This record gives sequence, structure tokens and C-alpha cells, in this order.
Amino acid sequence: MTGSICVLAEQWRGHMSEVTYETLALGREVADQLGIPLTAILTGSNARELARTLGAADSVLYVDHPLLAEPVPQPCAQALAQVMADRRPRALLVPLTNVSLGVSTLLSIRLGVAAVNFCKDLTVVDGQLRALCVMYGGKIEVTVEAGGEPAILGIWPGARPADKGRASRPASTIEQITVALEEPRVRLKKYIDPEAGDVDLSRQDVLVAVGRGIQSRDNLGLVEELAKTLGGAVAGSRPVIDQGWLPLSRQVGKSGLTVRPKLYIALGISGAPEHVEGMKDSGLIVAVNSDPRAPIFNIAHYGIVADVVETLPSLTAAIGAKRSVSHHA
Amino acid sequence: MGTCEVTLESLPRYPEGKEILTCIQCGACSGTCPYGEVMDYPPRRMIAMMRAGMLEKVFTSDSLLACVACYACMAKCPRGIRLTEILLPLMKEQTLTHLPELPGELQKALQNTLRYGNPMGEPSRKRAAWVKTAGVPIRILAEDPRPADALWFVECYTSFYPRGQDNSRATARLFHRLGIDFAILGNEEKCAGECGRLTWEPGLFETLMDYNMAVFQKYRFNRLVTSCPHAHNAFKNRYPALGFNWGLEHTTPFLAKYLDRLKPLLARKLDCTVTYHDSCCLGRQNEFYEAPRQLLQAIPGVKLVEMVHNRMNAICCGGGGGGMWLDTYFKAKGYERLSERRVREAVATGADVLAVSCPYEVSRFEDALKVAGYDKQMVVRDVTELLAEAMED
Amino acid sequence: MHILVLLKMVPDVVEELEIAPGGKALDLEYLRMILSESDDHALEEALVLKERHDARITVLALDAPEVDDALFTALAKGADRAIKIVGMDAGLSTRQAARVFSQTIAHEPGILPVDLILTGVQAIDDLDGLIAPLVADDMGLPYLGIITRLDLDAPKHLALAVKEYPGAVRGEFEVNLPAVLGMQAAEKPPRYVPVAKVRATMKSRTVDCLPVPTLADGGWPAVQVVEMRRNEPAGHAEMLEGAPTQVSERLCGILAEHGLL
Repeated sequence: MTGSICVLAEQWRGHMSEVTYETLALGREVADQLGIPLTAILTGSNARELARTLGAADSVLYVDHPLLAEPVPQPCAQALAQVMADRRPRALLVPLTNVSLGVSTLLSIRLGVAAVNFCKDLTVVDGQLRALCVMYGGKIEVTVEAGGEPAILGIWPGARPADKGRASRPASTIEQITVALEEPRVRLKKYIDPEAGDVDLSRQDVLVAVGRGIQSRDNLGLVEELAKTLGGAVAGSRPVIDQGWLPLSRQVGKSGLTVRPKLYIALGISGAPEHVEGMKDSGLIVAVNSDPRAPIFNIAHYGIVADVVETLPSLTAAIGAKRSVSHHA
Repeated sequence: MGTCEVTLESLPRYPEGKEILTCIQCGACSGTCPYGEVMDYPPRRMIAMMRAGMLEKVFTSDSLLACVACYACMAKCPRGIRLTEILLPLMKEQTLTHLPELPGELQKALQNTLRYGNPMGEPSRKRAAWVKTAGVPIRILAEDPRPADALWFVECYTSFYPRGQDNSRATARLFHRLGIDFAILGNEEKCAGECGRLTWEPGLFETLMDYNMAVFQKYRFNRLVTSCPHAHNAFKNRYPALGFNWGLEHTTPFLAKYLDRLKPLLARKLDCTVTYHDSCCLGRQNEFYEAPRQLLQAIPGVKLVEMVHNRMNAICCGGGGGGMWLDTYFKAKGYERLSERRVREAVATGADVLAVSCPYEVSRFEDALKVAGYDKQMVVRDVTELLAEAMED
Repeated sequence: MHILVLLKMVPDVVEELEIAPGGKALDLEYLRMILSESDDHALEEALVLKERHDARITVLALDAPEVDDALFTALAKGADRAIKIVGMDAGLSTRQAARVFSQTIAHEPGILPVDLILTGVQAIDDLDGLIAPLVADDMGLPYLGIITRLDLDAPKHLALAVKEYPGAVRGEFEVNLPAVLGMQAAEKPPRYVPVAKVRATMKSRTVDCLPVPTLADGGWPAVQVVEMRRNEPAGHAEMLEGAPTQVSERLCGILAEHGLL
């Protein structure tokens, strides 16, 4: 694997994360451009079966240890450091998710190399890997070169479509590796699942999502009316959930749910990367925001610069009228 | 005496405090208070508690949150006790430090005002961005510091909110056509801070006063004109302690002084029935009742009608004293929104335009009309907007 | 119980960000700095823990414009000591900043022993790593990030932390103390402190200034910025303009075309 591109395959609670395939697709592109192999690294405990889904890589390294059953950053970084110490790849791509956060930073210190955070894309220029990073809440983009090898690159979800990283055939070679890990000082006691019973956002065709821009909890009534008219459900970005305006089960984004409805209407949502991550693959995205520079307009298909509260009633009325006509037709 | 130095403890020793102690407990204040019925300690009880040395009970309750600084209790007091100017701010200050948690909307507004000079958290460097859309030249003193007759203090909602900017554009056009030698501070301006004081944040208010005074002193002008009655209030009653000694006008009475020159310019007939809402600061506090009405009646085709509660008895829009940032809190408590109570009265007059003179009111009443389902029947316009509309280009 | 809170100032993105000539960094002259949002939450959590466990709080920050406001505000809110590390170059990378923190903690008399180090989970300018894991690794301490609830079991030297996962799932963790934890959100919003109280604190309290430590081994490979630019994305929504009713009508038409009505 010397000189290869590596991807950290993220598994969590017995499933391979979608972001793993997205990152593999990006890794594949870069490896092909550099003319070097692509290696997937999976850490886990009795998770060898999962490694078989990583056929997009030329080879798979599976690191097995009881302490790697749950993705706790320090043991994970410790294991990866051992795997990579004598294998010096060109780069390791680590998904930037709540599951893997911290791993790239820890690993970079152990390997004495630089970590690059916030990468949304990678390119190869004159045989050199360059990362395109989004900083300052999405306001600034930087192109960087990581100092030293391996370059530890934290990759935002959504860098490539997951389907491009899903192979039709299972991985052919899976090499199992054993590592020695210290007694853990951070121990998972249990997972707390969100309360059942509320709407399952991931099953909705239409989502009307609200952010800080709706200003006040009272305006949620207007939002619910629009959602009802469209036959959808109301979702929210993190600040709205944190304020307690909507239950946790309605949160879309990195810490919440990833959704792909046919229609996503973002009301007063600025479009911070944390939120965009959870909804960017929606079929049609419509954004209403009073700030014409809001980053949400960069990923929306249609945009309206307006005060949400002022726009809502006429939007609901127009859609209601149209729907009743089409229903009667 | 600078009221700023008075504390709740020392208040009874000052003339203002002695005056409070002359209260006859008639209850006119509590009866007229728009939120009197929802407060554990409406004004009359508050004074009774002060006499009993039990004020702490009042400011550890949430009664003061519902004070929208409308000056009604003060205006109705037969003893002339100036509650809104003295006791209420001191009580609010104490409430702020005793509340376990400040309502989020209000906290954000206070933090934004301190940091960006406006409660909505808009970039301070874009305060003057609306100027480009005014259609008439507007001089910004930082760029052209020549002396000006009138320093126009634009204020926050009128700088940043789209509907507030309509007011500013109208004002600029009127000033321009009247040939007034005016200039603005542009991005150097920060909120005057009146609500800072009446929103329990004297420290924030003092910070803003210090800042704005230092900016004023850099330039030469004869008088300050502002479209915001809250700012007007601050400049009139608080800033003089720091040496503010320029002439001071609110846009509406200021324009009324130019009525003779204005009239020939108002050539377009508007054909509408207008009812005028007296803002608390401009009306009860400063008794500018007739100037806005004279201006409205100068507009061809305008028929002016009055609401049941008008002038001194006008019902507050609910935005003062921090109410602007407590809508969610009031709603959660189940209080009626005062702006909704007010627009029902306005609609009952049969008018199709609700005219106002305070930048808070445009968004408050437009929201209320929508919520109450009257937005097809009635629009909200600042007096300056109507004047500018009636002025032929 | 001694809680150390690491605070970092970051560019305020409410105000316009300008790129410096040369195109590789932000123009510092136009920058306004503000306390990193998640650091503010870390401070709030420390204050909550102090109320619950009789802890002592030290806040530690790197010198930056407007940092004094942040430090005096922390003191006014209830921090017991505020330290500002001065004398470093502007524009430290996150990795260098973390090193400055850990070296100061380790070598400056009067800071250790520390039972818990809290800081924000991530800042908007953390291009080359995160403060919490960097400091943890430097000091040989356990680390966990994305914490939204926290309590302490002082007799057992344990922190009980809840970490956020995707899908609104939470993970309950037990962490050996001392530890470094990256806070995503405190259990309640950061409290308000009246401006007058901050002003009074500025008169009655002091911020201790410590010189930046010499970094023994700063020789790690750094991230090289090739180019920095404002995010002018390739894609942009088709904007619908006009009065609310017009815009609504147009949008309706579009939704109908997509078979969504």
C-alpha cells in the first residue's frame, strides 16, 4: 500500500455509512489520476462481512479488535497509526462525520504529518494532491497542499454520489490485521435512540424545513400549514431544534437525519455545511431567505430573497389553490 | 440629577422617589396598563411593595417582562408620578440580573446591539447599504465631513429592514425636495439605545451613549433629526447628561414645520381613508399629537378617521421596553398580542391605511394584520411614505 | 474540582470577510474577531458544572483582537481566573494554537492540576485539526467530542458525557478524568451577563497575561495554502423575483412541472 490512496471506511452500529461509498468514489478518482491503487481500511470487531462491500477499492485492510467495535476516536486513531506506520500511503481520506470526528486530527499527530479539515473536493495538479476546503461557515474556500505524506484529509460527506463508490462485486482481497491497543479511557455505555412515534422524516416526499430565519416559534403554524397543503412534514435545522421549537426527531443535518425527499423547501435556513449535509441530495430544493448571499442559494434549485414570514401565506394560498384545481380536474 | 446613579435602595431619598411615595393607590396605572391583568405585580401593587420594602418579590417575578414601556401608567397618574422614567427602568435592571434565564430572542437582540449596533445582528458595515437605493443624493459625514444643518439619525429598523428602508427612502426624498441641508453618519451610526435602557440593560445603553456622543462630537451640525421615536426619547431625556445640546426633532413634527413648502409638492391624489396610530414615545411621552395628523390631512384625497383609543389613550403596539423581542415569550405565556388588539381597532374605523410614525410599528402591525386576517383590507404606511407617495417626481 | 476552559477567537462572519493581497489569507485589518460559538458553549457548561459541583474555573485564551471582552465576560459570568497568552504571531494554525495551550498548561505554575479541560468541538477556522484532540494527545489525556450533555462523578474521577451521532442518536460515555472534551452545545444556551457587570468586572478584576511558550518541536509539516477566495459557488439557484403573490404563482408552476402538486 505504499504510495496508495487510502480511505477510512466508516461503519457504525453494524452498518457501513453511506459516506464511506461517497469517499471511496472520490478516492477512486484521485487514485486513478495518480495511477496508484486505492485501499480501504475498515476498523471494527467481527465486522469482516462489512469489508466485502468495499469492492470499489483495489484492496481492503480489515483491522479487528474488540475495542474497535464502536468508533471511539482514540483507539481508532491508535489502530490506524499502527496500520499506516509501515505502509506509508500517499493519503488517507477520513469522512468528516459525527462518527469519525477527531480521528484525522489524532492520527496526524501520531504520524507527525499535517491534517487537513473541511475538504469538499480533491484534485491532482502536476502529480500533487490538492484539497479544496470550505472554511468560515462556508464563506471562504481555500485550496491547500498537505505537508508531508501521508496527507490526512478530512472529507465532508457528499463529495461524490455514493452509488459511484458502491461496487457490483465484493472486495476480492481482504487482509486482516491485528493491532495492540491501550486500555480505553473513554467507554461507550449505551446508545440512546430518538423517541419513536413522531413522523419519520426519511420517508417523506415533501419536507418544509425551517431555520433561525423564521424568527419566532409562533410562525411555525404558518409553516405547518404549508407542509400540510403540500402533503409533507416540517423539519428543522439545528438552531430551531436547540431552541426546543421542534423535537429532535425533526432535525436535518450532520447531527440529525439525512433526507432525500422529492421536494425540500428551506425557509430561513442559511445553509451552513452541517445542515446542507443532511439534505443536499433532495430532488428539488427551494430556498427562501432574506439574505441574498445565504449559502443555501448555492445548492438550491430555486431561490426567493424574501422574509419568510411574509412569503409563507401567499405561497400556501397559491399552492392550495393549485392543488384543489388539480384534484378536481 | 442623573437618574442613572439612582439605585432602588437610594430612590426613596431622591425627590423622584419621594414623589412615588405620595401614591394614593388609586389603581389608575394598573387599570390602564395594557398587560396589567397578566402581571403578578401591576404598577399599583409594585408601589405598594416598594412602600412595604418588599420590592425584591417584584423583580424576582416575571411581571416586569410584560412592561412594554408605553407610558400609559405615567400619563394617567393623578399624582403625576413618572413611573416609566424612574421606577420601571430600575426594576427592570434588577429583573435582568434575577431572571434565571433571559428569553432567547431578547438576549440575542441585546447581544447583537452591543456587538453590531443593531438588534437584528446585521453587519455594522452594511448599515448604510440602503443609501444606494434612495434615488436621491445622501451625504455620509465620514466621506464628506462638511458641516450640515440637520444630522439625520436613521436608526436600525430603518437601515436594515426592507420595509424600514422604504421609510428611509421616503424621508430622503422628502428632505431632498424640501432642500434641507442634511447628512447621515452611515456605518458610524449605532443604535441610540433607548430600548437598551427600558429593556433592563443600562450598561448597554451607556455603552451606546458613549459611542454615539463621541461620533457626534466629530462633526458639526445644528440639529439632529430621527425617524425613530425611541431614539428621539433617548436623545431628549438621557443624552443631555453627556452633553448632548443640539437641536432635536423627530421626522414627523420636523416635516410638519415645513408644511407650507410641502403642500405644493403633494400633487398626487391618494384617495384613501387613513387612521393614525399614536406611538407611545411620540404621543404620550412628547405630546406630538397634531403634527402627524396635519401632515396626513395635507395629502390630497386622504380622509382621516380616528380609532376609539387615540392620542393620549392610544393602545401600545407592544414593541416598546423590549417587547419587540418578546413576542415568542408573550405567545408562550398566552398573552394577547397588543399589536393584534390595535389593528382590530384600526380595521373597525373602516380605514384602508394604518399610518404610523415609528419604525417598530410597520412590521408589528403588518404581522398583526396577517395574523388577524385583515391584510387584504388594510395596509400599514409610515407618514413619510404616504407623503413621498403623494409627492410628484 | 478545577475546570479549564480553552477559548479561541475566530473571524466574525457576520461582517464581510476580505482576502489579503497575495490571496492566501484573510485580510486581518478588516477582520472582527468573536469568541468561537462552541467555545462559548464550553464555558457555559463549565459554569453549569461549577454550580453543581463547587468547581473552580480557569479560562485560557490566546491573544487576539476583542479577546479581552471575551475574557472579562467569562469572569463576569463566574469564571474564577482568566489568562491570556500574549506575544505570538497573528494567524496561528489550529495545531500551533493547541501546542501553545498544552505547553502553557503543562509548564506555567498554578494551572495544573486540572480535572477537566473543556473547549469547543470545532471552530470555523480549524483548517488543520481540532483543538480538543490536539491538546488531549499532547497531554496524554482521553478525548471525546460533540458533547451535548455532561456531568461529573467526582469521587470516581469520571465524566459522564453524551455525544451526538447522526440520525438524532446519542451515545452515553464514561470518560476517565482528567480529560479533554469538545463541546458541541451546553445543556442550556450561554447565559446573558449585563453589560454593566462586564464593565464593573473590567474595573475590579484582572486578566493574567502569560508569555507564549517557546514551542520545542514546531517542525511538523504544515498545511500550505495555495489560494484563498470568497466562496462564489459554481451552482446557484434560479432566483424568482417579484411580489410575494407573483413569486408564489411562479413557484407553483415550477412545482407542477416537476409533478410535485
